[in-house]
Amino acid sequence: MEFKDSEDELHQFRRRLTGAGGFVLFAFAVLFARFIWLQVVQHSYYQTRAEDNRISLVPVLPNRGLIIDRNGIVLAHNYSAYTLEITPSKVADLEKTIDELEKVIEIQPKDRKRFKRLLEESRNFESLPIRNRLSDEEVAKFIARRYRFPGVDVKARLFRQYPFNESASHLLGYIGRITDRDLATISDKDMDDNYRGTEHFGKSGLEQKYEFDLHGQTGFEQVEVDSSGRAVRVLSRIPPVAGNNLTLTIDAKLQQVAEQAFGDRRGALVAIDPATGGILALVSMPGFDPNLFVDGIDSQSWDALNNSPDKPMVNRALNGTYPPGSTFKPYMALAALEIGKRTPQQTIFDPGYYNFGGHVFHDDKKGGHGIVNMYKSIVESCDTYYYMLANDLGIDNISGFMRRFGFGQRTGVDIEGESEGVLPSQEWKRKRFKRPDQQRWYAGETISIGIGQGYNAYTPIQLAQAVATLANNGVMYRPHIVKFITDTKTGAAIPIEQKPLRTIPLKPENIEIIKQAMVGVNKEGTGARAFAGAEYVSAGKTGTAQVFSLKGEKYTEGHIKERMRDHALFIAFAPADRPRIALAVLVENGGFGAQAAAPIARQVLDYYLLGKLPKAPAPADETAPEED
Amino acid sequence: MLRNLWQRLIAPIDPPLMAMAALLLGYALLVLASASPERLGSQALNMVVALVVMRLVAQVPPQKMMRFALPVFVVGVLLLIAVALFGDISKGARRWLNIGFMRIQPSEIMKIAMPLMLAWYFQRHEATLRLREYAVATLLLLLPVGLIAKQPDLGTAILVFAAGCYVIFLAGLSWKVIAGLFVAACASAPLAWAVLRDYQKSRILTLLDPEADPLGKGFHIIQSTIAIGSGGIFGKGWGQGTQAQLEFIPERHTDFIFAVLSEELGLLGITVLMVLYLFLIGRGLMIAANAPTLFTRLLAGSITLIFFTYAFVNMGMVSGILPVVGVPLPFISYGGTALVTLFIGIGILMSIHRHRMLVQN
Repeated sequence: MEFKDSEDELHQFRRRLTGAGGFVLFAFAVLFARFIWLQVVQHSYYQTRAEDNRISLVPVLPNRGLIIDRNGIVLAHNYSAYTLEITPSKVADLEKTIDELEKVIEIQPKDRKRFKRLLEESRNFESLPIRNRLSDEEVAKFIARRYRFPGVDVKARLFRQYPFNESASHLLGYIGRITDRDLATISDKDMDDNYRGTEHFGKSGLEQKYEFDLHGQTGFEQVEVDSSGRAVRVLSRIPPVAGNNLTLTIDAKLQQVAEQAFGDRRGALVAIDPATGGILALVSMPGFDPNLFVDGIDSQSWDALNNSPDKPMVNRALNGTYPPGSTFKPYMALAALEIGKRTPQQTIFDPGYYNFGGHVFHDDKKGGHGIVNMYKSIVESCDTYYYMLANDLGIDNISGFMRRFGFGQRTGVDIEGESEGVLPSQEWKRKRFKRPDQQRWYAGETISIGIGQGYNAYTPIQLAQAVATLANNGVMYRPHIVKFITDTKTGAAIPIEQKPLRTIPLKPENIEIIKQAMVGVNKEGTGARAFAGAEYVSAGKTGTAQVFSLKGEKYTEGHIKERMRDHALFIAFAPADRPRIALAVLVENGGFGAQAAAPIARQVLDYYLLGKLPKAPAPADETAPEED
Repeated sequence: MLRNLWQRLIAPIDPPLMAMAALLLGYALLVLASASPERLGSQALNMVVALVVMRLVAQVPPQKMMRFALPVFVVGVLLLIAVALFGDISKGARRWLNIGFMRIQPSEIMKIAMPLMLAWYFQRHEATLRLREYAVATLLLLLPVGLIAKQPDLGTAILVFAAGCYVIFLAGLSWKVIAGLFVAACASAPLAWAVLRDYQKSRILTLLDPEADPLGKGFHIIQSTIAIGSGGIFGKGWGQGTQAQLEFIPERHTDFIFAVLSEELGLLGITVLMVLYLFLIGRGLMIAANAPTLFTRLLAGSITLIFFTYAFVNMGMVSGILPVVGVPLPFISYGGTALVTLFIGIGILMSIHRHRMLVQN
């Protein structure tokens, strides 16, 4: 019995054991099915995923193209420096990490502020600089302690640098970190791939306009990475292609001479080679230091630039619009000749005012200029002559003629955001105003248009283009800053258009008369003091643009606040017989053109034509004639 | 003389078991040499220690083991209680006990002590096996399992629990009760869910949908699955696994070493491993079937099935069909403690097999 029991027991045990064995086989079969599923059926899917894990496509940023002046002086270049960067997504407590970092590497409050700003603007996973331009010592110090700072790393980066700081800042513009708006622009151009990894984008000036030329082609490295994203080895590499270099028509030395001539005055100067439209100097004072923007500007500097009453961020040469004042007169005279309303010899009598329908328009010179012909009207800048002429021409003739010289139209210069200005006309008034009585053009309004006042408002670059066109006998070019773009891949220089925009049909003898009168301005007229002793023959015209009209009072400079003083203008070209340079100068609140603007033009012309470097900023010539 | 000594040395050793174990250890060294070559030396040392322990255990007759069963179990439970009260915390779990000169992990002892205890218990009440005995056995099982799960160390708890269950099952618990318990277990699943720690719950959820958090909780499973799948039939070649060598596989020398093996040696390598396991388990079950007493049968059967459980749970979790619990791949994963425990089991099997006749006679 006992034996049978234990025999039964053994049988039962063996059955159970067999059952367990069966379960083992079944379980292993399930596992094996799983492995077949993964390794045979789904193999290619997992293989792809393993490759995706392992291989990372790392963009290699191209060198941004250089910006070079016409003589080979580099105005914008790149240098390599180390930055300390934090990848916020990999850091749990940013504040604490930065506090810890500060014990190793100097981090100033402004670095923190800038980092905060970048953090707010940043797109996800990118790493952001907390410190720029680490010294070798600092790099070594950090590397030794890197293990303590996951998500923080030292990176070698290329930095844009503008070696002349504030000089030419408005025309060069600046680059800054890419924003969402920039990304949209990049997407529109279908350049997303090429901008993978790019962190900077041209924000203004040439840097903006030629962004896609300067950027270059991003290269890529196929890198094998480990699970923490560290590169183990490079599998293949498509090298980047550096951006194209821009060679400018700008003469950097001339630019500096012009800037220095302004001293601490505000204003603009545009100098053009009349034969090509190439801009030799484009000045807007005051300037700013574009280097500040490269790393992301700190808020203090940003506020200072934006809140300054001098508005250094405004490019006055393209965006400031000013009445041309008496610099308008040569074109008025030319219009009169072309249309046949005046002959050069025809004279008027100027009693010192012009009465139009009971309204009296004063001449600057008390008692008047007496008997005035066309030559004298320009040389002495007689207002009455032009009050009468304006009335005789009528607004339609004036606006029709001036439009051909480019007044009130964008010149198409290769910088974004140019202003249009205002060329007054009946049509303009209809569009500009809403009430019918405002939309009407009154004949009385034409009178002050004749001396460059009234609704007239032009940008300095328009004034420069007009005088260059006049100097070039009516052959008009689009003003431009880039002379040619050098393709880094082929080394080929791609020139910017050389063809004239249009040729204004003007009689050569008429042009000659106006030019002679402008030569007279600098020889015996309002520009004579500024150009005394010049070793070349130049042609010019002074101008003064009213900022505030003072009814009934005699304009006396000393009594008015600086900001309410008139703007001083001067247009010129030289040498008069074969012009190599034409320019327009504007000094905001400079007073009389002859006093403030003409001396600046003199220094610029002296340097460009003779290589003469001025010793000091052009002084305001208080004793120069007060008429213009 | 020397030959004589050798004879005495290998006498307790079962050649088939030894052959399987040796092949597995060789395989382990091969895989470890790729996964973590710097650990090759220390693991070889662990193996030597484990083999020595195995040899020592193999010469202990089962009767002597029976005498150890109760004291070892009691000491094990007391140590587990001590751990719960004074244990060192590491990685959020209280698993280690510092006894001055060294740190021990009492839950490891339970892997052997538990089947030993229950087999002894059933042997003692062999004549009067009623439901009451099974109930007592279950209580004896649940006490240490509860203590281990509380540490928390779910992996070890499952293994110890499984070891006990095997003994109870092999001891002949009626199918009706088993079915009843199964239904009860299913019904109380929600309750169990409530008892689980958050990290344990998230592991189960991760298993269901690893891609929900690919860089966080799902990372281990996703990466090991990719490693296995990308290995294909023939593998990427020894030392050529990108997932393994570029550190995408976590714990690649311990719990996830199977992923390294699968990636580099492919389905072929897996097949070799599974065949070795099956032979080992088969031999173990054979030993159990021929064991002379209830104690030795239950002990041998339970230990053998524990080898299976180790292998199944580990391969299942690495390939993404079981939740991640800390169970190493038997014989292959790096680590001395688990290896020694395994070889104590092998030693016990060898002893049972060697002493089968002695008892019968």
